[in-house]
Amino acid sequence: MADMKMPRNPMPTQEPSVRARNFREVALGYTEEAALMEATRCLNCKNMPCVEGCPVNIRIPAFIEKVREGEFEEAYHIIHESSSLPAVCGRVCPQENQCEKRCVRGIKGEAVAIGRLERFVADWHNAHSREHPQIPEQNGHRVAVVGSGPSGLTCAGDLAKKGYKVTVFEALHLAGGVLVYGIPEFRLPKAIVQKEIDTLKALGVDIQTNVVIGKTITVDELFEDGYEAVFIGSGAGLPRFMGIPGESLKGVYSANEFLTRSNLMKAYREDSDTPIMKAKNVAVVGGGNVAMDAARTALRLGAEKVYIVYRRSLEELPARREEVEHAMEEGVEFLLLNNPTKILGYSNPDDRRDPKNGCVIGMECLKMELGEPDERGRRAPVAIPESEFTLDVDCVIMSIGTSPNPLIKSTTEGLAVNERGGIIVEEETGKTTKDGVYAGGDAVTGAATVILAMGAGKHAAKAIDEYIMNK
Amino acid sequence: MYRIVYKKVLNPTVVLMDIEAPLVARKAEAGQFIILRADENGERIPLTVAGYDRDAGTVRIIFQVVGATTKKLSAKEEGDFIPDFVGPLGRPTEVEGRKKVCIVGGGVGCAIALPIAQKLCSMGCTVHSIIGFRSKDLLILEEDFAACSDRLTVMTDDGSAGRQGVVTVPLKEAIEAGEDYDEVIAIGPLVMMKFVVATTKPYGVKTTVSMNPIMIDGTGMCGGCRLTVGGKTRFACVDGPDFDGFLVDFDEAMQRANMYGEFEHHAYEKTCNLFKGVEENG
Repeated sequence: MADMKMPRNPMPTQEPSVRARNFREVALGYTEEAALMEATRCLNCKNMPCVEGCPVNIRIPAFIEKVREGEFEEAYHIIHESSSLPAVCGRVCPQENQCEKRCVRGIKGEAVAIGRLERFVADWHNAHSREHPQIPEQNGHRVAVVGSGPSGLTCAGDLAKKGYKVTVFEALHLAGGVLVYGIPEFRLPKAIVQKEIDTLKALGVDIQTNVVIGKTITVDELFEDGYEAVFIGSGAGLPRFMGIPGESLKGVYSANEFLTRSNLMKAYREDSDTPIMKAKNVAVVGGGNVAMDAARTALRLGAEKVYIVYRRSLEELPARREEVEHAMEEGVEFLLLNNPTKILGYSNPDDRRDPKNGCVIGMECLKMELGEPDERGRRAPVAIPESEFTLDVDCVIMSIGTSPNPLIKSTTEGLAVNERGGIIVEEETGKTTKDGVYAGGDAVTGAATVILAMGAGKHAAKAIDEYIMNK
Repeated sequence: MYRIVYKKVLNPTVVLMDIEAPLVARKAEAGQFIILRADENGERIPLTVAGYDRDAGTVRIIFQVVGATTKKLSAKEEGDFIPDFVGPLGRPTEVEGRKKVCIVGGGVGCAIALPIAQKLCSMGCTVHSIIGFRSKDLLILEEDFAACSDRLTVMTDDGSAGRQGVVTVPLKEAIEAGEDYDEVIAIGPLVMMKFVVATTKPYGVKTTVSMNPIMIDGTGMCGGCRLTVGGKTRFACVDGPDFDGFLVDFDEAMQRANMYGEFEHHAYEKTCNLFKGVEENG
């Protein structure tokens, strides 16, 4: 019988004042005791609403039951049936909008901490398991996967387990996609990502870095080289800017650039050759997970003041709740219902060669209020007249989304994209308009979550298997 | 890993290398670029392709030692390896249908201009080349340009080789003398390209410039290489690196180019000291 009195077990974290100045992981993970206690809160419902809330349908009550019994390795195997990256998803999934949102315990109280339990199980497995994955019996078919982010890794893993010879092509020098260049170390340690990639290699997956599909090799050439199907998980592309004056000033970054410098190129470390601006006062424009990551990275690089500037209110903030809470605890200031109108730059009229010329010295904003809901049900922000004010900042990070990468589309005949540039697919299978080509993740949806991309990779792997077997 | 198969020092600060990268060599075209890292903690830097040999599977790069990465790269020898070399990126320079083109190269930019001149020459286009350097000891690729140009003008700031003066002087003379160029292609320092455009614009001679802004991924992801072209934000890595010179906001590009000036200087000094230490300790 579930313990109905016990409150949700809190996640231990590094002290906010300490962690705001280091890049080590913020959330420390459940102890065995906490995991065992939290597991007793699960009602083990017959109709399992949480499973439906999970984009990859992990058998949640079943794995939690194993946790309660102390059978952590068995719990891991249950999760692993559905998710190839449990240590990642336990950390970065927006559980409050998925499994935990549907949890019956959440109706009159707090949902079971499913995400924290998932992370505990995955970390326990990584620390204790002595299993070595074996290369499955090969079926003689070859599949190419474009991009080594969450969708590509998932698709590659599922196909490799079925006996396919999979080659993953990665444009950057390091595999992992957004898990490596986008999500910071303090939220997702890179050793965890590396471990997942090593597991894939042990399954026989070949990962080729420094290959840009669409440039170095085209999709059509992959078929000529003998690949029977291609999965495109090339991720999000070019960052969007607001189109306001001053966005090309020195000290204005896209969140992609700022995070890539810090995460992929390790610009926060002394031994990295890649520079990053160590600003004093930073404004991050936007309210998603990427904005939170950028704001908290700026803090860790030594900023005194970091603002999130978001045009709607706290309720509409799209970021994962835990990230917002962590950011607030660490001292990030939320300027909600504010919209930038202009970025101001320094100009020395007496010295055109002054190196400070063109550096950001402030950002003008307008206060907003919420008007009528738009077609997606979100209340549209409306500017309040004459509410201008200037924010004293020397760095602005634009985090207002991305458009899909144009490289593959422009070099692949027969691959249709929608008006936003996303590859058009059949939702259930990821099948594109080009025979043998499947796609998923941000390349299809535009910026979304890790777990949705994984779900897409999974569905595509199944569809690719059926496609090749029925040929 | 990518092997350095050939190395030649062209002048005290400019080095030529052929890198073994068969997949890149198979596709590379004049005007495109590659991204490399010289070592494991290194920056990703873009370098425009200076040539390629599809049969040998090599790509030629010519670079000036200006920062930490190029300093480390220049210290490598034939047979050494670099960890990363990816490309070809960006769009090739458009050369189809040109009948008469003036190529204007400045400094190490001449290395990138050369394969374009060669390509145009091989297609039967009349090529006039103007190449400019600070002084005679920095002059590179003169013979290569002579071989593919119908007319070659060498300019130096101090007059130690060729004519004394800047590249825009003979360019203006040629246009005023009635040379009916289909296009002027300018590759060099930003300030040179800016003045080439200022020279050609009054005559309405189509002018293409090759931009080389700061980049990280180079594949259309980070947005660091953005430029304002015709009032719109464009990305050199996927939309360029060639742009219509009349539309490029050069002043903004020059400002953005020195964003990390101080850091780069510091990193360069640090690297130099490192090498000095190695040399002193034998």
